[in-house]
Amino acid sequence: MDARGRKGAPELIVNMIAWLADPAHWRGPEGVPAQMLLHLYYCVLSVGVAVVIAVPLGLYIGHTGRGGVFVVGVSNAMRALPTLGLVTALVMFLGLGVVPALAGLVILAVPAVLSGTHAGVRSVPTEAVDAARGMGMTPWQRLWQVELPNALPLLIGGVRSAMLQVVATAAVAAYVGLGGLGRILLGGLAVGEYDQMAVAALLIALLAVFLDGVLAALSRWVVPRGLVLANTATHDGS
Amino acid sequence: MIEFQSVHKQYGNGTVAVQDLSLTVEAGTITVLVGPSGCGKTTLMRMVNRMIDPSSGSVLLDGTDIRERDPARLRRGIGYVIQQAGLFPHRTVLDNVATVPRLFGNSRRDARRRAAELLERVGLPNDLGKRYPVQLSGGQQQRVGVARALAADPPVLLMDEPFSAVDPVVRADLQDELLRLQDELGKTVLFVTHDIDEAIKLGDRVAVLRQGGYLAQYAAPDDLLAEPADDFVTSFVGRDRGYRRLSFLDSQGVCPEQADTIRIGDTSADVPSRAGWVLALDHERRPRGWLLPDATVDGQLTENQLLAGGSLYTEGTSLRGALDAALSAPSGLGVVVDADGAYVGVVTARHVLDLIESRRRSVTTEGAVP
Ligand SMILES: Nc1ncnc2c1ncn2[C@@H]1O[C@H](COP(=O)(O)OP(=O)(O)OP(=O)(O)O)[C@@H](O)[C@H]1O
Ligand SMILES: [Mg+2]
Repeated sequence: MDARGRKGAPELIVNMIAWLADPAHWRGPEGVPAQMLLHLYYCVLSVGVAVVIAVPLGLYIGHTGRGGVFVVGVSNAMRALPTLGLVTALVMFLGLGVVPALAGLVILAVPAVLSGTHAGVRSVPTEAVDAARGMGMTPWQRLWQVELPNALPLLIGGVRSAMLQVVATAAVAAYVGLGGLGRILLGGLAVGEYDQMAVAALLIALLAVFLDGVLAALSRWVVPRGLVLANTATHDGS
Repeated sequence: MIEFQSVHKQYGNGTVAVQDLSLTVEAGTITVLVGPSGCGKTTLMRMVNRMIDPSSGSVLLDGTDIRERDPARLRRGIGYVIQQAGLFPHRTVLDNVATVPRLFGNSRRDARRRAAELLERVGLPNDLGKRYPVQLSGGQQQRVGVARALAADPPVLLMDEPFSAVDPVVRADLQDELLRLQDELGKTVLFVTHDIDEAIKLGDRVAVLRQGGYLAQYAAPDDLLAEPADDFVTSFVGRDRGYRRLSFLDSQGVCPEQADTIRIGDTSADVPSRAGWVLALDHERRPRGWLLPDATVDGQLTENQLLAGGSLYTEGTSLRGALDAALSAPSGLGVVVDADGAYVGVVTARHVLDLIESRRRSVTTEGAVP
């Protein structure tokens, strides 16, 4: 482990493999598996909480057609916020620890899920909604049987982009005390271990790809076939 | 029966869409609301299922004020068909049609069985049920829309320009299909269109609406063409209303004469000696076209030697078809066929016009109004 300073790419790869091959890095609460699971856990938890908050809100606003301006405003404002600044501010107000950091991640994830859900509901063909009303569906039936299923492609798209942002930001949040792969990254930075940092960055990227793949699979599973066909049909047409 | 009693609708922005309008739609008939774009047809129709509530006045359905009914329940008892069909993209055709029976609490199995019956009723093949709306043509989507509206067997059907987004041929098919269904089912249908021909073809009664939501005239289609109430209706029903009115004159008195005929495959020896137009028939006696007077036949008669025929007049249908057959035939002889399309005889325009004249005279002498 004498890897220090800048080196050529092949050497970096060799050193990364060496770092990974060291059994010491795979053991205990600071090891790769533990930190990876923790990272995964935080990401899924904060996106999960964001979904619980933003999906019902997005559905309500989309269904009633009231407050669309609010959705656009909120998501634009929050996209403009510097993520790390937000997390830091929360930590300053609430103190160092897991909860403020997670709250930051949730706040980060909400706009994408909210605007995805809202856009999903608004994308349902107005004739279909009109027909649903005209044939005697109650507002709840219309929401569950027509608006939600048709909103799913965009809704899940929103969750996917939220997840990508959160995976990346969670790494940086190690700097305010959150565990996860960010620990390994910052640990490497502190002692100038670039191999370790590179490994951590790679693992974060892999985790992001993995989670996105899981959500893509979920999307294929839950999105009704008729909508998939409709989308491919319009793409063929254009 | 649907009764509009002095209904009035003013939207939030001040637009008056329906002006103090009263109208009764008889049970078991098709009533068509027709008028130019923006004259309030949709607004009036949507009052029936409470998609829109009138600002004043009331709507009675079978004698009870619909304001006393819960909107969702009221709507389940009223079929609703709209212009773009409005099918649910995420559901199969079968499940689209099964929607209202499901809302009524039927099991999925029963609802689907019912839906399959209806697809057949509206003339769609059974295996279409497994497809999704995006996999259907516009005309098929409209049929599914009609099947879906009929699935719970509602006594009342509201149709808002259901056929205006399809091409003229498909539209004519769908119209015929609706008339056939109506013969079987006898629903109370309120049908909206801006096409006066469609209104005249489908309506037992036609309500012509004028810009601003006024009822300009409410009459049977024949009366509308015979006696338009004012200049607006006159211009709206169009210039050729006299001709179109022939649609309402039955075929009584039409007596076809025999023309000279020849069969496809015959040789010149078989051409009748009289020098006139000769009608060529195929082996099922269906007319194929005309041979010019004095024409000779090279070898056996084939279709390329013929002049294309005009429209065919099916025995027993209205005089409009008979006159059109005569006017469109190159020979001036309108070909009359039976229900199977086999040759019966020919009529001239003169014959049809004499018939119209003699009927008009007999009506005038009897002093009755046609
Ligand atoms: N929700 C609404 N708010 C305000 N004005 C409306 C609304 N809906 C319809 N209108 C207006 O009311 C009038 C009648 O509209 P309506 O949709 O009933 O016409 P229509 O006869 O069905 O027209 P079209 O043949 O184009 O469908 C129009 O001037 C229209 O602009
Ligand atoms: Mg309309």
